Amino acid sequence: MKKLESGKGTKMNYFILAYRNLKKKGIRSYLTLLGICIGILAVVSLITLGNGLKMAVSSQFGVSATELISVQASGGAYGPPGTDTINPITTNDLKEIEKLSSVKAAVGRVMVTGSLEFNDKVVFGYATNIPGGDDRKILYNQLEAKAVVGRLLKEGESGKVFLGYNFYADKVGLGKPILPGNTVKIQGRNFEVVGILEKKGSFIFDNLVYMNENDLQDLFGYGEELNIIAVLPTDKENLEKTKEDIEKLLRRLRDVDVDSEDFTVSTPEASLKQVNSILNAIQIFVIIIASISIFIGAIGIINTMSTSVLERKKEIGIMKAIGATNHQIFMQFFVESGFLGLIGGGIGVLLGVILGYFGIIGINNFIGSDMQPKISFFLIFFALLGSFMIGAAAGILPAMKAARQNPVEALRG
Amino acid sequence: MKKTIDSEKVIIHLHDVAKHYYMGDNVVKAVDDISINIKRGDFVAVMGPSGSGKSTAMNLIGSLDMPIRGHIFLDGEDISSLDESELAQVRGKNIGFIFQQFNLIPTLTVKENVILPMTLQGLSEYERDEKADKILHRLDLYDRKDHYPNQISGGQQQRVAIARALANDPEVILADEPTGNLDTKTGLKVMDFLTELNKEGRTVVVVTHSSELAKKYAHTVYWLKDGKIERISKERKKAFEKVGKWKGD
Repeated sequence: MKKLESGKGTKMNYFILAYRNLKKKGIRSYLTLLGICIGILAVVSLITLGNGLKMAVSSQFGVSATELISVQASGGAYGPPGTDTINPITTNDLKEIEKLSSVKAAVGRVMVTGSLEFNDKVVFGYATNIPGGDDRKILYNQLEAKAVVGRLLKEGESGKVFLGYNFYADKVGLGKPILPGNTVKIQGRNFEVVGILEKKGSFIFDNLVYMNENDLQDLFGYGEELNIIAVLPTDKENLEKTKEDIEKLLRRLRDVDVDSEDFTVSTPEASLKQVNSILNAIQIFVIIIASISIFIGAIGIINTMSTSVLERKKEIGIMKAIGATNHQIFMQFFVESGFLGLIGGGIGVLLGVILGYFGIIGINNFIGSDMQPKISFFLIFFALLGSFMIGAAAGILPAMKAARQNPVEALRG
Repeated sequence: MKKTIDSEKVIIHLHDVAKHYYMGDNVVKAVDDISINIKRGDFVAVMGPSGSGKSTAMNLIGSLDMPIRGHIFLDGEDISSLDESELAQVRGKNIGFIFQQFNLIPTLTVKENVILPMTLQGLSEYERDEKADKILHRLDLYDRKDHYPNQISGGQQQRVAIARALANDPEVILADEPTGNLDTKTGLKVMDFLTELNKEGRTVVVVTHSSELAKKYAHTVYWLKDGKIERISKERKKAFEKVGKWKGD
């Protein structure tokens, strides 16, 4: 019996003392933790979301191969030709670009919006052209295009399409997966589906309808206009040279001066860099806000702990009377303050992870991407450690004040 | 009579000790150049009216307070020259405090309150547990060990305070009005227990208002007034002399 009792010993250390005191604290003390909570929430959700976004963006660029240069008219990116670009890129530009010595091949890309009817339901989306001849090979190569079921389009086929993976996975809202052999109505005309493109993990490629150029031209009549010209350079190591050549050519063709171009020629790295710099700017902004709220939170903790020192003056006196050194008193308040920060941070981490998690699911639903919400335990660990340290740091001054109390005065309360 | 300090016999020695407070322009001489010898194993009562400096004297003896001049020796060591953390060690190891207000930590259970002084001295969990259980059994508090101070009676709280004072097995027990917040019967029990501790060889110093208690329990009585050990009225002196306990001049 006696052995059993001494087996479960009464634990006591700074953490237990802190825990006991925090348990007794009123709601008022916990409200001051809101600052730290919001700050940590912002950081954690931002990093969780940010990593996801970066992954998504990288994967969008990743599928369109890294050695391709893209040429677009400025002002419109993926709009259908003629709607929002002032001076569209044309097949004429394409022909001239193909003639450049630093260009191995160039493929004109068109993307148009249209309706697709299947299973008595209609959805709207993008259709793109599959060019003929060598350009087809280049495009298939660059896309690393493979059919997951059925096959890709062949030269000269008419009335046939292949579709992005999401049509097969029933993620486009048709209520039923489309299989090779099915017939779909595009812009009111019947097409036979010959195959489904392998999953690309990109909301653009996975939601596209791929159609031979003649059919697309027939159906939409976009004339000479192109959305993008994808350029394969002769020298993969020298993208910049090709880029400059194209720029020089287009300035002449379109009669514009340097710095007032109505087109952009971008290398994949540059595009990635641009997206990343936007993401970084957002991150910096959120981090500034987070820092401000953490700072306010820290001041709240200083305030709470200072009040606590006053309220527990007598307790400090008692502790000193029964042998607590100044250092021990300091540590008690220091650890308690750290715990206060940890509680705020812990709630922040929890909410941040939830926000990040559902944020990514939301983005997936919105753009049809396929990001995995990744919860970084490394991040959680450092967020918790950080909030403990912020709390502890905020507690230094109050803890010093507590430690320096004169025992006799403190005992008087 | 020759005055030498024999630390075999004298455990507490105050030598010309003064403690003054400054309140605005007024100087309050709480303790004004007093010299006291407390013998090892004595049961001492410090008496006097309110504001006479009893509590200040007690705080000085207990190393909670520092004199502005003079020397305080505890067990032969001059504690008036120690720094704060050394003083904390002295309080933790050599002295057990008992207060009128019990002064338990409200957020800790009975047992945890008893364990706290041992924790501060760095005792292991096992040692603490064993000692605390022993002390709690002795004070008949074992079945209350998991209660919080506000869940037990005043008398029980004061017993917890005594248990806590005994945690590090100190040689000196200092009790400042230990019965002040208790009814007579409970107060007497507390005094009986202090006597028991005294019989074990511990030196007990009690500050009290009550000459009844002083007469009944103390072996030695000091009477303080205005910070000095005071000459008292003939009747009062006689009463104490009759029982051989008077220590004024």
